[in-house]
Amino acid sequence: MSDPARVIDDSAPARPDHPPVADWVHDFDHTDPRWTENPFPIWDELRAACPVVHTKRFQGCYLPTTYAAVREIAHDTEHFSSRRVVVRDERPEVTRNAAPPITSDPPEHKPAKQLLLPPFTPDAMKKLEPRVRAICNELIDEFITEGSCDAAARYTKHIPVRTIAHMLGIPEKDGDLFVEWIHMILELSIKNESMLAQAVQEMTAYFVGQVEARKQRPTDDLISTLMNARDKNGQPLEDSHVIGSLRLLLIAGIDTTWSAIGSSLWHLAKTPADRERLVAEPALIPTAVEELLRAYSPVTMAREVMKETVISGCLVKPGNMVLLSFPAANRDPAMFPDADKVVIDRKENRHAAFGLGIHRCVGSNLARMEMTVAIEEWLKRIPDFRLDPAGQVTWSEGTVRGPRQLPMLFAKAG
Amino acid sequence: MSKSPRLKVHVDQDKCQGHARCKSLAPELFELDEFGNAHEIGDGTVPEGLEEKAWLAQSNCPEIAIDVTEE
Repeated sequence: MSDPARVIDDSAPARPDHPPVADWVHDFDHTDPRWTENPFPIWDELRAACPVVHTKRFQGCYLPTTYAAVREIAHDTEHFSSRRVVVRDERPEVTRNAAPPITSDPPEHKPAKQLLLPPFTPDAMKKLEPRVRAICNELIDEFITEGSCDAAARYTKHIPVRTIAHMLGIPEKDGDLFVEWIHMILELSIKNESMLAQAVQEMTAYFVGQVEARKQRPTDDLISTLMNARDKNGQPLEDSHVIGSLRLLLIAGIDTTWSAIGSSLWHLAKTPADRERLVAEPALIPTAVEELLRAYSPVTMAREVMKETVISGCLVKPGNMVLLSFPAANRDPAMFPDADKVVIDRKENRHAAFGLGIHRCVGSNLARMEMTVAIEEWLKRIPDFRLDPAGQVTWSEGTVRGPRQLPMLFAKAG
Repeated sequence: MSKSPRLKVHVDQDKCQGHARCKSLAPELFELDEFGNAHEIGDGTVPEGLEEKAWLAQSNCPEIAIDVTEE
C-alpha cells in the first residue's frame, strides 16, 4: 500500500508583506527574488556602504558582509546567541534542546558537540566513502543513457539524503519525506510559521519511532550512538536532546551538501576550462572543492543579539537578529584576491563555508567527502556536459543557497 | 653553503576547531584526535622538503591556529 501524495498547504498568504527591495543598504531582504537569483552584486554594494547593515524586516536584522565582521561575530558567543539560528518573519518561542549543539551556547555547547564529533572525523569518512561512490554510480546509471537530465533532481539531491540515511540507519527510501520536511523548515516556514510547527512535529514523531524501535533492538548506527551517549555524570541524554540532535543531523546533512554539489556541477557545466582541467587532473579536485565551497558557499547562519556591542565600528543592538553570512564573507576582496572569480587551483583559501569558531560544522568532513566523490564520479562518467539552454536553473530561497533545478545536456552513453 | 633553517609547526589547541585543512594538506606533519582536532606530529619539526606543506597548512587554517617558526 503506498502513501497518498503529500500535499503541502502553502496557500496561506505570506505575512507580513515583503515588498520588493528599493534600498538594499537600509532594507535588505534575503528572500527577495533578486537576491535568490544573484546575491553577489548585492553583497558588493552593501560591503562598499558599511561592514554591517540593518533592515527593519524580520523584526530587525543585521547583515555583516565583510570577512572581518563575520569572523568577529562568529567568535563572540557572549553578545551573539545561537538560541535562534534562522531569520524568520516571526520569532517562534525558544525551546530547550531545539537542535543541540547548533542552538546551544557555552557552556552547554561543548559537551553536546563532542558527542557528535567522533562519527564525523576524516577517518570515519574513509570508511563511508565506498558507499557514497556506489550511490553516485547507481544514480548516474539511471540517467546516463538519456543524454539530458535535471542534475538536481536526479543526482545532487539524492547523494546526501541516502548518505545521511545510511549513517543514521534509516531506510534510504524515506528520503522523500526528509526532503519535504527540510523544504518546510528552511524555506516555506520563513513566511509561514505554521509550516515550521508541522514539519517539526512530523519529524519528531518519526524519530521517536526510530528511537523506540532501537530500544527493542539496538543497532550500531548514529541513532544508537546518540542513545548510548552518556553525559559527564554518566547519565543518558534527555530524549528531547537525542531527538533534537537527530533533527539537526537530518536538516544539516541534506540541503546544505545538495546545494554545494549542485553549485559545483553548475559551475563546471558553464566553465569548460575548469571542467577540462579537472578531467585531466583529478588530483586537483580536492583543491577545487575548497574553491567551489568558497565561491558558492551554501550556508548562511544567524545569531540573536543579546547585548549591545560594536562590530567593525557599527553599533549592534539587542533584540535584533544577525544574518551571519559566511557566503558574503567568502567573497570579501579584503580577504581573498580575485574574490569574485573562481580560481580553481587557489592555494591560500581560509574560507568560512563551514563557519568559524566553536560552531564549525560537525559535518564538514562528510560534506567534503561527498562533494569530492560526487564530482569525481560524475567527471569520470560524464566528462563533457553543459547547461541545457532550453532549460532554466532555479535557486533555493533564504538560508541555504543551491540550484534546485539544474538541466544538463551530455552525450548519450552506450 | 649554509643549511636552510629547520621549520617547526605548532597547533594552538585553544583555537583549533577541527576544520582538518592541515591534515588534508600536510598529513606528514599533523594528526587528528578522536574528535577531529589537530596537533603537530612529534615535536612539530618539519622534515626537509616539506617546508612548503607547512606554510600551506598555516595559510589555509580558518582559525589561524597554526604557528610556523624557524629554528
